[in-house]
Amino acid sequence: MTRITFIEPQGAEVEIDIADGWTLMQAATSQGVEGIEAECGGSCACATCHCYIEGEPAAHLPTPTQTELEMLDNVVAARLPNSRLSCQIKMAPDLEGLIVRMPEAQS
Amino acid sequence: MGEPIIIVGAGQAGLAAAEALRAEGWRDEIVIYGAEKHAPYNRPPLSKGYLLGETPAAQLTIRGAEFFAKKRIELCAAHTVSAIEPDAHSIVLDDGSRRQCAGLVLATGSRPRELGIEGARLSGVASLRTLEDSAEIGARIDRADNVVVIGGGFIGLEVAAAARKRGRSVIVLEAMDRLLARVASPAVSEYVARLHAGHGVHAITNAKVSRLVGENGSVRAVETADGRSFPADLVVVGVGAVANDELARSAGLACDRGVIVDACSRTSDPAIFAAGDCTARRHGDGALSRLESVQNAVEQGKSAAAALMGKDRPFHAAPWFWSDQYDAKLQMAGTSAQADKAALRGSMAQNHFSLFYFRGGKLIGVDTVNRPGDHMLARKLLDASLSPTIEQVSNPDFDLKNLLAVGAPA
Repeated sequence: MTRITFIEPQGAEVEIDIADGWTLMQAATSQGVEGIEAECGGSCACATCHCYIEGEPAAHLPTPTQTELEMLDNVVAARLPNSRLSCQIKMAPDLEGLIVRMPEAQS
Repeated sequence: MGEPIIIVGAGQAGLAAAEALRAEGWRDEIVIYGAEKHAPYNRPPLSKGYLLGETPAAQLTIRGAEFFAKKRIELCAAHTVSAIEPDAHSIVLDDGSRRQCAGLVLATGSRPRELGIEGARLSGVASLRTLEDSAEIGARIDRADNVVVIGGGFIGLEVAAAARKRGRSVIVLEAMDRLLARVASPAVSEYVARLHAGHGVHAITNAKVSRLVGENGSVRAVETADGRSFPADLVVVGVGAVANDELARSAGLACDRGVIVDACSRTSDPAIFAAGDCTARRHGDGALSRLESVQNAVEQGKSAAAALMGKDRPFHAAPWFWSDQYDAKLQMAGTSAQADKAALRGSMAQNHFSLFYFRGGKLIGVDTVNRPGDHMLARKLLDASLSPTIEQVSNPDFDLKNLLAVGAPA
């Protein structure tokens, strides 16, 4: 289990523990964190699980695939250098302490 | 507190309706009855990652217990609703108990169409709708020597791809003259046929299955009307879906291969709404269409919730859909059915292309393979009624995003 902090669109901070192999999207949506739609269920096909990644562990993240980059071009909220799709980030122990900020809108 | 809003069905549509009701400000109870024992889960991976054992079942959950508690949505899993009573504003559960409701949403989904031929109920003959179906098919793929898929639609082809990934011998039998005949353009059908041939799937079109032959209760072969016989120890049937509209029909709601709804998810009874696979949508010109997709389920669920709160939120967005087969991510936006011209971007040979479809010079649909950016752009163009020209599409140096920025006329 790795502890991750989500910051919901209204500003509330929610800490959840995520098992290795789960994506940020899967854990957040199933546990009721606000701010992710994830209409396609994690197929990298809808760009509605956009998030901003903050904190030192972000350096351990694998770089986005070409597919993810193309989808990030189409997110509704502002695309920033730390924009990612939360369905493409799988949990691993070296991400302990990661902060995931939700945008104001997904669609 | 007043009576609850009751949602019959715990799939994508029912869940979307419940979630949207809370977002729209409904304060009283919301109750979802689901026939399956699970919390709402994503079905698309059932013919993809879950079937291959790459995604565990828990990760398919769309919303879990924490969500339902937080949103005060009561999820009654493994509960079957046996009747709805529009005049009494109540539903009847299969144990005979009744529950009053302030509003009702039918989101009862669809079920696989049955073959209805000799041998269709032999052991080793399966269709795919639920988690359990997928687990069963996945386990049988591991033991099978010869897999025969009946139906060259999306589910059949995704199962074929999964079985090939496991190294099984796979034959696809399609009754029509091309794969994906109901949903894709001939060009995409050809591409998909080549894709599967390249991975060793033997897809046979114009193959009308006449019967399944068994031995000791288990399937052994599939026979076609032209006298051919294909050995099989696993047969997966993917020949379409049938809307679960029985509750609505028994209650006297208008149905025609689905519960008939308008753009705001209203049924023929103004107090009852329906969303997702169980519906047939009545369009302005009177035509009926059925869409079986996550997008349709979610958007109709949201529209139903809005309508229950007294708001019109018609769902008019261009339909979109995706399918993952091998390393091809196929995404479709709009429709190609009525196209009179098409223009290509990218390369089909390199599994990286977009086909833009036009009718009377106006963009009506775009199919992409491994070009998700084009897919997203296509949805924006279609929703804004913007059209590139064929020349613009055919020119790889023209950036189609410019059309959105400029807001060119339709």
